Amino acid sequence: MNADTLYYSLELVSGSGYTLNVEQRAALQTSLTILKKNYKFNRVLFWGKILGLKEDYFIAQGRGVDEIQDKKNLYSFNCMDWFLLPPATGSMMAKVAKAAKGHFMGDPSYVYEHIEISRQGDREEQLVTKVNEESRLAVTIHQIEEEVAVIPRGAFIKSPQDLVQINRSFCGLSESEARKLDNFLHCREPKNLKKRSILEMGDYNPAIDFLEVLSDDIPKGSWSLQFECASRVCVLRSLLWLGLTFYHVPMTPQHGYIYIGDGSKNLDLPFML
Amino acid sequence: MDQQSVQSMKSFMLRNSTETNLNLYDHLTRLLMKVMDERPHNVVDVIEDMSCDLKRALFEDKQNTLQDLPQSIAAEELAEQQRLLFCGPEEVETPLPNVSEVGFYLEQAGVGLGREELHRIFLALKQLVESQMLLRCRLWGKILGTESSYIIAEALCKELEEEEEQKTEEEAEKEERQTNNEENETEMDPLPQSTYKPPPVVPKETTGTGANKFVYYVCKEPGLPWVKLPSVSPADITAARQIRKFFTGRMYAPVVSYPPFSGNEAKYLRAQIARISAGSQVSPHGFFLVVEEEGDEEDDALRDNCERNPDFEGVPVSEMVESLSSWVHHVPHILEQGRCTWVNLKLGEDFNEEEEAEEREEDPDEEEPEVGPPLLTSICQDAEMFSTPPWSSRMSSMLTAQHSVAVLRSNLWPGAHAYACGKKFENIYVGWGLKYEGEGYRPSVPPRPQTEYPTGPEITEALDPSVEEEEALKESLEEQEAAQEEIEGTDEEKEEEDDD
Repeated sequence: MNADTLYYSLELVSGSGYTLNVEQRAALQTSLTILKKNYKFNRVLFWGKILGLKEDYFIAQGRGVDEIQDKKNLYSFNCMDWFLLPPATGSMMAKVAKAAKGHFMGDPSYVYEHIEISRQGDREEQLVTKVNEESRLAVTIHQIEEEVAVIPRGAFIKSPQDLVQINRSFCGLSESEARKLDNFLHCREPKNLKKRSILEMGDYNPAIDFLEVLSDDIPKGSWSLQFECASRVCVLRSLLWLGLTFYHVPMTPQHGYIYIGDGSKNLDLPFML
Repeated sequence: MDQQSVQSMKSFMLRNSTETNLNLYDHLTRLLMKVMDERPHNVVDVIEDMSCDLKRALFEDKQNTLQDLPQSIAAEELAEQQRLLFCGPEEVETPLPNVSEVGFYLEQAGVGLGREELHRIFLALKQLVESQMLLRCRLWGKILGTESSYIIAEALCKELEEEEEQKTEEEAEKEERQTNNEENETEMDPLPQSTYKPPPVVPKETTGTGANKFVYYVCKEPGLPWVKLPSVSPADITAARQIRKFFTGRMYAPVVSYPPFSGNEAKYLRAQIARISAGSQVSPHGFFLVVEEEGDEEDDALRDNCERNPDFEGVPVSEMVESLSSWVHHVPHILEQGRCTWVNLKLGEDFNEEEEAEEREEDPDEEEPEVGPPLLTSICQDAEMFSTPPWSSRMSSMLTAQHSVAVLRSNLWPGAHAYACGKKFENIYVGWGLKYEGEGYRPSVPPRPQTEYPTGPEITEALDPSVEEEEALKESLEEQEAAQEEIEGTDEEKEEEDDD
């Protein structure tokens, strides 16, 4: 969620149980401003918090010209000193998938080890996979962004230069539109954009509908859509990544998402629906 | 322009206006036809007027007696309900906790439901206390569901009506069974009776003891009516331990799961509340004292009552953060059996004596009562599961440590929090109502299918003998006969010889 409206936005998503105390909010307001200046970001988002056993990671995200391509993630323990996370690469993801398990420790230099014993005849070979928690953090954030980052339809627009930018004329979904998952889009590079039937084409706008729709997600029901705060705010919670909360106030351009959770994917989802 | 964009443009133009029920495509068609028919001079200058004329010609009678009924949206309905929270006479003496203080500390701890929402919840709690005449009441927490959430209040009340109701229900069930049996007997050819004996049902704990010590009230949104949850039975707790399901937010929805959960979501919710309370409600060491009750059951029975220690001085925050031994559980542990106090199922069961003797021989261990950790055990003795320490502690503020609050977070029940500050402490749970499952939930495997009938030699199918086998058998039989004949034949042969 946008760092400039953090105070307001946090109130709207705190129905999920977590919030930030006054000290952290104040610190964020100061440090994110400095962060924006130092890293020359167009805007800074407070992305969320990953709960560790010893310490919690606060995550901020800086965005450049393109809202989907130009993203940089940073972490901090005290909301003041920020450290840049490396971009998640394929090999890093494979390592993390193999070695990292359980809760986050809260120590970026903690090393996860995974020993794989492969037997070829009488010989035993040990394959040791080592990965530190900083890489795990980068990979986890990347995965969450890829799988469950959400925007309302029309909030971002694709410019003729093929850049994804904020739609300045977006004035919010209507009350009835906000009740449908069709009007929320995945904020990621589309992987397989579904072809629409001619019936749905009337409303189709290539400048807006260049992203995938939440209602096409598999399994069905991996989102919980509710109206909270006296039924004024549309709140979406991901059941795949428990802890991700998205809010949108209908008829206003206010929207955003935050992740506060232990950074593990809910693999039990098929049993739980 | 390719075909697709032409089509999409056309379908856009064909959309009817919600106000006039016209669409642009038809309008333009009619306008152009009018232009073709009339061929006015300088048509481009008068096209707007022509368009207006055309629309006016189509003017429909709007002086209708039918009027649009303004649809009331959910927010308006809820606002009407919540309005009642803000008006009402001020009661002087209620057991309502100091609401704004709890909210303040919770926010320090980084836990919350939103300030305004929390205040509405507290007003709803006040309403509950006044309407139900409760002895004690506090906000237990919130459990998120897929369709709506449950706000849960924990209360202590004196009522005993509910138990009586349930007793009558059970009796009614028994009566039904009896009548069924009688009906069966009157039939000419009775159906074969099942030999299956259900395992003995673990009796429920009475209201006011063990897992049923408190009564829980639930509401969806502050302002909507509070609903009392049924009391928890050990069977519910053991079933809830085996399943992993999201709550839907509809109390009367069935819980579709394997192993099957008997009862609706309200019972599942109540069972999870009991488990969460037992696992994650903690208080500073020394805040509560165990009450010794005389002449109550056996000596080794668990004491499940504790009361406030009037001499509690408060533990310094830094100590509470550093050592987990300064926190204790003040809610009794729930045993494997699903109860806080163990009950011997063998007593009071009318088994046949032989059977009982057999069973005793088979598993003598079962007679041993289960013992859980006693009340007010320190949380540093909690078992470590999935190689994760069960608790994480924090200080709410790093910069002003001397005025900060000690915060404890459960890693086994994500969402369970406790704070302590001076002489004050509070527990709250906000989450999905599910326990941490380590690397993944493994659903239990269905049992092996039962055998239909006892297998024995008289009903097992034998293979038909092949021709060779048959002949071999024949030969062996003939040989035997021949051997016998030989023995008999020695005498006969002589006779035969004589005959020849």
